[in-house]
Amino acid sequence: MKKSENQTTLTITGAEAVVKSLLEEGVKDIFGYPGGSIMPVYDALYDYHDQLHHILVRHEQGAIHAAQAYARVTGKAGVCIVTSGPGSTNLTTGLADAMMDSTPVVCISGQVAAGLLGTDAFQETDIIGISMPVTKWNTQVTKAEDIPAAIAKAFYIARSGRPGPVLVDITKNAQFGKLEFSYKPCTFIRSYRPFIEPDISAINQAADLINNAKKPYVLFGQGVILANAEEEFKKFIEKGDIPAAWTLLGLSALPTNHPLNVGMLGMHGNYGPNLLTNECDVLIAVGMRFDDRVTGDVSRFAKQAKVIHMEIDPAEINKNVKADVAIPGSVKDTLPLLTERIKQGNHTEWIRQFRDLYKIEYEKVISKVLHPESKGITMPEVIHLLAEKTEGDAILVTDVGQHQMMGARYFRFNKTRSLVTSGGLGTMGFGLPAGLGAKIGSPDRTVITIVGDGGFQMTMQEMGTIFQTGAAVKIVLMNNNFLGMVRQWQELFFDKRYASTELINPDFIKLSEGFRIPAARVSERSKLSEAIDTMLAHQGPYLLEVMVEKEGNVFPMVPAGAAVSEIMLEPKKS
Amino acid sequence: MIQEFTITAFSENQIGLLNRITNLFTRRHLNIESLTVGESAIKGVHKFTIVVRATREQVEKVTKQIEKLVEVLKAFYLAEDEVIHQEIALYKVRTESLTQSNRFEAIMREHNARILELTPKYTVIEKTGHKEDTQKLFQELDQFGVLQFTRSGRIAVTRSNYEYLTAYLKEIEKFNEQNS
Ligand SMILES: Cc1ncc(C[n+]2csc(CCOP(=O)(O)OP(=O)(O)O)c2C)c(N)n1
Repeated sequence: MKKSENQTTLTITGAEAVVKSLLEEGVKDIFGYPGGSIMPVYDALYDYHDQLHHILVRHEQGAIHAAQAYARVTGKAGVCIVTSGPGSTNLTTGLADAMMDSTPVVCISGQVAAGLLGTDAFQETDIIGISMPVTKWNTQVTKAEDIPAAIAKAFYIARSGRPGPVLVDITKNAQFGKLEFSYKPCTFIRSYRPFIEPDISAINQAADLINNAKKPYVLFGQGVILANAEEEFKKFIEKGDIPAAWTLLGLSALPTNHPLNVGMLGMHGNYGPNLLTNECDVLIAVGMRFDDRVTGDVSRFAKQAKVIHMEIDPAEINKNVKADVAIPGSVKDTLPLLTERIKQGNHTEWIRQFRDLYKIEYEKVISKVLHPESKGITMPEVIHLLAEKTEGDAILVTDVGQHQMMGARYFRFNKTRSLVTSGGLGTMGFGLPAGLGAKIGSPDRTVITIVGDGGFQMTMQEMGTIFQTGAAVKIVLMNNNFLGMVRQWQELFFDKRYASTELINPDFIKLSEGFRIPAARVSERSKLSEAIDTMLAHQGPYLLEVMVEKEGNVFPMVPAGAAVSEIMLEPKKS
Repeated sequence: MIQEFTITAFSENQIGLLNRITNLFTRRHLNIESLTVGESAIKGVHKFTIVVRATREQVEKVTKQIEKLVEVLKAFYLAEDEVIHQEIALYKVRTESLTQSNRFEAIMREHNARILELTPKYTVIEKTGHKEDTQKLFQELDQFGVLQFTRSGRIAVTRSNYEYLTAYLKEIEKFNEQNS
């Protein structure tokens, strides 16, 4: 970043200052949609189109999901820009999603002129009030000269500490107004302290617990990725010889084939990782927040274990699970200090327990869905083939539902920042625009978006954006003619009363072709492999509709309200 | 166990912050018993005093969430026995009914209340104390017909002689100097 001390100042409009501030922050791509209250900024963008690439989405929700995915794969803040009123209210789902999943996103919204605030002017919405609970920070700017500082602060807050979405609402008069432009990146806010000094005595205590543990067990989350601490993390578990299981958002921080990677936690996680949570003696949570989808019944979660919680957000410590040793701070700082203090471990026997349970899961669940006897294609078959053909190097983006859980369970990852999914909020409609954002952020990698027939129809207008940008997103639409995940719950817990979960669908191939994106449908197992090859070999975006079995279920499953150790491998026989 | 706690938060003076803070109570379905906001001894720093009835665990969590807000400098919570607190109450009573009673002077004395304004029509009485105290006076005066009654939110100081905020502000200014 440039130091701007010797920079001569320059009189420009607020709108141009928005653009120049973004450039100062190193922004290259922005996702947005124009409208009355943001037109001056769009006008300024016109002059900078060779420096700032604007992607015109088809709905503002698409803009923010794309920006989220961009942030997740690049590690930079995603940026989106919208008009006032409906433009900004359309962002709210994405803001809530980014807030839950700690994604750095900077949103810039236009607002009616300051003099009209509070008058119910055309397209005036109190977006500051609306977005308050779903942003890490937000602010309204009513004067041109305040724009650079507000944007600088926005980027600093979005990216630092536990990242999150921020919103800067800029009134139209501020965009038209003039200012002397000079840019100073923000590095300090008195009331905000993202940096936490590691607590050495807590780290010593943790090391002591780990050194005396017979069955230490690591649960890791997105904190590892957000801190860029993948290497530090690997060193830690390798030295301690500690088995490690991931939360949905922690996925891809550790390569799938790492010998200490024992699988996924939570409701549809693996058998061993869930069962052994209630058997370990020391549980080390690294950059995760004990979401209820991970803990099941929290009152019966790892009660036998001493809990060490390493987490950047102090408000997460003792929120859901009581920590015996709390280590607040970035795991980038705290992990090496802990690694230094632990002894070389050897937990072969303990790790074998995970492997043995995996064998049981393999026999009872995995082999059955990967090599089914039934005629219908299963989702895991598709995911497994995709993983094999991309050799674990692709980015997997998902929507929400059964295919999401199957994607997490059966895809393979060699590289970090390779899974983009809506975890905390579980936002259907996330997948397609997120696929676009991931591809824009990572143009050199294969990006596969898997979506259900339900979720696809929530944001399918972004097919238009994908076509317009030419982003080579590989869309795999798993069509089971149901809102599959809800149908699964109805089957298991509501006596198969399939209330409003059956979908009579459009012709997705024609639809895709209507958007000028080539598409193919596959319904037979024998044609699946070839169909995937064709999709991957195609130069541009491509949609592959796979007709999967209608009533497939995701197992194992920790039923809502059950303890993780009550994980079921198959439906209860009634 | 549900108890009364006083949460104190110091913040920058930022539009909308009060909303952000009260939102944190709303989403947990916690009812704010009393809320006082004003400038603290340090210029530009606002002080929130919030009284809430909840379990210690709930209060601890909500306090952490408050402190997490970007514009909040520091937030802490204290149990009933860790604070000295007061509220102020004003009572407006018809003067005529007071003068007809021979108990009035005794009531004022017993309750340590004082008269702020006296006109032929009405009398305004002031009392500071805990809520129970100001409530008790209200009940006594009600026999004369209270025309208006109002009670402020709580203000509080801690029993410990440590001033959390000043020390904290010094510490962060030092941190900033070292790191910039
Ligand atoms: C916006 C939104 N609305 C509703 C839900 C509830 N929900 C969770 S999964 C699901 C079904 C998804 O069906 P589909 O997209 O076909 O995917 P599948 O489960 O079949 O893979 C629903 C309705 C949600 N997560 N998000």
